Amino acid sequence: MACYTAAALKGTLVTELPLLETTDLYCERDDRVLFSALNWRAVDGEIWQVAGVNGAGKTTLMRILAGLHGFFDGEVRWPRWLAQQQDPRQHFLYLGHKAGLRDELTPLENIRWWTSLHGDTVDDAKIFPALACLGLAGYETVPCAQLSAGQKRRVALSLLWIMNKVVWLLDEPFTALDADGVTLIENRLREHAANGGLVIYSSHHRFDDAVRHVRLALGEVEVA
Amino acid sequence: MSFRATLKREVVLAWRRPAEIINPLFFFVMVVAMFPLGVSPKADLLSVIAPGVVWVAALLAVLLSVEGLFRNDFEAGALEQMLVAPTNLYVPCLAKIIAHWLLTGLPLVLVAPLLGYMLHLPEQASMTLFLGLLLGTPTLTAIGAIGVSLTVGVRSGGILLALLILPLYVPVLVFGAGAAAYAANGAPVEGLLAILAAMLLASLTLAPAAVAAGLRISNGG
Repeated sequence: MACYTAAALKGTLVTELPLLETTDLYCERDDRVLFSALNWRAVDGEIWQVAGVNGAGKTTLMRILAGLHGFFDGEVRWPRWLAQQQDPRQHFLYLGHKAGLRDELTPLENIRWWTSLHGDTVDDAKIFPALACLGLAGYETVPCAQLSAGQKRRVALSLLWIMNKVVWLLDEPFTALDADGVTLIENRLREHAANGGLVIYSSHHRFDDAVRHVRLALGEVEVA
Repeated sequence: MSFRATLKREVVLAWRRPAEIINPLFFFVMVVAMFPLGVSPKADLLSVIAPGVVWVAALLAVLLSVEGLFRNDFEAGALEQMLVAPTNLYVPCLAKIIAHWLLTGLPLVLVAPLLGYMLHLPEQASMTLFLGLLLGTPTLTAIGAIGVSLTVGVRSGGILLALLILPLYVPVLVFGAGAAAYAANGAPVEGLLAILAAMLLASLTLAPAAVAAGLRISNGG
């Protein structure tokens, strides 16, 4: 097992460390093994797809990575931030299965609260263009209840333009999006990877040959 | 920063969905109004049971309203965002508890003296009833929030919540209703109110930490 104490790291550049490393990750649900012996290293500039049939445990894996799910064996480490003694959550942008928006609030209010949880004061001047870029100009102050499922997903995804995070953990980001929306998000993911970010998304949709994948198949795991 | 933002968000949410403020208040008034009808309209009997009736009704109204504290955020997935955020979870939890009390608890406190009057509560006890509820209802909200944080993912968690929380409400009820009853008899109440104040401070400072831990547990450890 790799060791990330200060002594062991002597002479290693922090930037040479992988962003994410899992060791023998094992998780089961209702006596069914979702995945076992998942050994996975992800570095910056990569896009990873978590693939698998329905019920294979994609969402569970995403939640484990985000620190939301604690019932697993093995280890999930973020070596670079471990070495820098930082809280890895500072660097995450996690978008869950559900869009995370309250219907009573407008996109603007939802996003403001969301960013405040991350301790950022985001200027409205940054939110408006992001929403406009996703085709939501004019909907900024309409309660989310009046938006369609695809539009709500776009509101949540606007955080990809608004927040400045290294690791993107996106659970089914393409759900409910139309073809234009999918292309828009694909390009944004490529752009983030090109800028040295790490994208991990769960979906059936593999949009680029450069996308690497973790395939979960009822206990079997394939990392390629 | 997340404190102010959460407080503001909760107020806006309640404003857009006023039923969540008004329903507990109506429940409170209706339950108290049942007693003269069901027990007896005689002033001497009502004035004896008034402190207890108002307190029990307020307690149930708080229990009823606190159940929704995290439900909508859980269903919308907004709770997950609270949990993954790098800020200390204590802060938004405290903000949610305070906002919830301001929006649902405070109205109960404000109408309570009126209900006391309706039940022939002696006038000198009115102020004590008011002060007792002012100190006691935020405690009830804070303690209730702990139970809600643990049952938020459970289907029909309402009964479970009541079973978990009602025993913990007993001390507040005993001292709160006791203070009003003492005041009705002309006895000094400062000591009882001081104990309520102490319970308020303890629950308001400690409960958010327990709520944060409870939310992590009920969301999968």
